[in-house]
Amino acid sequence: MKVVVCIKQVPDTKGGVKFKPDGTLDRGAMLAIMNPDDKAGLEAALRLKDQYGAEVTVLTMGLPKADAVLREAFAMGADKAVLVTDRVLGGADTWATSSTIAGALRNLEYDLIITGRQAIDGDTAQVGPQISEHLHLPVISYAEEIKVDEKARTVEVKRQFEDRYHIVKAKMPCLVTALSELNEPRYMTPGGIFDAFEKEVTVWGRADLKDVDDSNLGLKGSPTQIAKASDKVKKGQGEKVAPDSAEEAVDYIVGKLKEKHVI
Amino acid sequence: MSLEEYKGVFIFAQQVDNELSSIALELLGKAKSLAEDLDEKKVTAVLLGSDVKGLVDKLAEYGADRVIVVDDPALKDYRTEPYTHALASVIDEFKPEILLVGATAIGRDLGPRVSSRVHTGLTADCTSLDIGDFPLEPSPARETKHKQLLMTRPAFGGNTIATIACPDFRPQMATVRPGVMQKIDPIKGAKAEVVEFNPGFEENDCYTEILKIVKEASSVADIQAAKILVSGGRGVGSAENFKILDDLAEALGGTVSCSRAVVDSGWKPKDLQVGQTGKTVRPQLYFAIGISGAIQHVAGMEESDIIIAINKDENAPIFDVADYGVVGDLNKIVPALTKKIKEALAAKG
Repeated sequence: MKVVVCIKQVPDTKGGVKFKPDGTLDRGAMLAIMNPDDKAGLEAALRLKDQYGAEVTVLTMGLPKADAVLREAFAMGADKAVLVTDRVLGGADTWATSSTIAGALRNLEYDLIITGRQAIDGDTAQVGPQISEHLHLPVISYAEEIKVDEKARTVEVKRQFEDRYHIVKAKMPCLVTALSELNEPRYMTPGGIFDAFEKEVTVWGRADLKDVDDSNLGLKGSPTQIAKASDKVKKGQGEKVAPDSAEEAVDYIVGKLKEKHVI
Repeated sequence: MSLEEYKGVFIFAQQVDNELSSIALELLGKAKSLAEDLDEKKVTAVLLGSDVKGLVDKLAEYGADRVIVVDDPALKDYRTEPYTHALASVIDEFKPEILLVGATAIGRDLGPRVSSRVHTGLTADCTSLDIGDFPLEPSPARETKHKQLLMTRPAFGGNTIATIACPDFRPQMATVRPGVMQKIDPIKGAKAEVVEFNPGFEENDCYTEILKIVKEASSVADIQAAKILVSGGRGVGSAENFKILDDLAEALGGTVSCSRAVVDSGWKPKDLQVGQTGKTVRPQLYFAIGISGAIQHVAGMEESDIIIAINKDENAPIFDVADYGVVGDLNKIVPALTKKIKEALAAKG
């Protein structure tokens, strides 16, 4: 069985966010980590490797420095890694990103594709389902559990909704998007870290993408365009008091509630 | 694609178990106000399901002028492929200028799949929608397009706000965060034009099979519907100590909610969690008690009308968003506050 996990290097959103003059993100200027939902997806794939001897390939699209998350994936136990990087792919929205990744996936063999549900930078949760559509695969989003029946070539997924879950069965090949709740990702092993730098990352550019039109790639291939992007303007600070006693604090709050006609 | 062919604001009227989700009515409220700024004023709800025609009148009462119904057994419970086929077929046939979908566990799966199929842009999890020019300011570099859907959303864990347009593709699609848009007051007896449409459903390899549906007993309150929320954080100290928040909420006729730390500690169920990974709320009054105010939490509650914070740490970031901040011991203040509020309400009769 062959599993491909799509992972993304994301800026650690706690570290402060920077933009280029054209309104797109300046990812180069921020600290980078493996996206948490993707890491859960990778762990799920590695468990299929432990259980069935599945071959696990990780794939990422990004700047050349995204190599780092692929090395991390090697150190956790991934077998192969592909980095899709090319200047013409930059500034892509979710449509263009999913078209690009689908173009790369067409070169690979897979029974199962796993993506994280969403990345902590964009928070869109769109790229996984969009890839599935480009590749005409069934998709099951929001997976909390993934079970594979190799013989029947099916997967069974516990699919989360707000007030319920469904157990959903799909034929392979298919695409599943993983929630962080799926599992606790393993740590890199010392041997793994050593191997990670020995192993080879396959690097693909625009020319290696299969069956994708230029008009579907990068900033130019993005139907959505940024009109404005800015750091969030914080709401003006209100009042803050530090009363000497609880009684005083209570009188202050009750006074405000009366003033606002809450009581 | 001839953009002019696409007219009107459409919403995906999500239903589960043949009951309309609150988001469907919220989207209608927003669609109505957007349509006022467009040439085509008619608002259309797209209702997909099995045996769902009974829901049409409620959609009319909440602002739908027209309801397109795709009624088919294949649409009984949500599955990506038949729902995508239905909604994409409606788009091909009726050509909406704008299509709004709830940013729910269904909408965030259906929206992207549909946008890929019809080749248009989709903006995720919007918190504000307007009609206006793109680019926002006239630019020599490109032609200004009028009456575009301007979709605003937080990103980067709430650190940034981006406004996004989809000027060259139709429909302009957005998923919209639940609990943010306002429903209109229902117009009793309102009727909508009903259009039945069925594109035909043929099983293919993309169809999934639902083996089991497990509803998770949700005995807990709907925090998105509450007018007053009494929210507790790690500072409350224990599950038992939430009693003092329960009492305060009861005195005010409010509901208890909590921060992520509380859910992680197992003190309260996830349904009560406010924040980026929980729910977005905008009550009239929000008490933040023993909540430090991490950006992920603030992202889910900062639109509340009045925010009152009680925290013993005077440097807690929650004070940056609170209208009224009180530095002090919640264990002393909260019970005394409950008592005083009860007295005040009793005096009022």
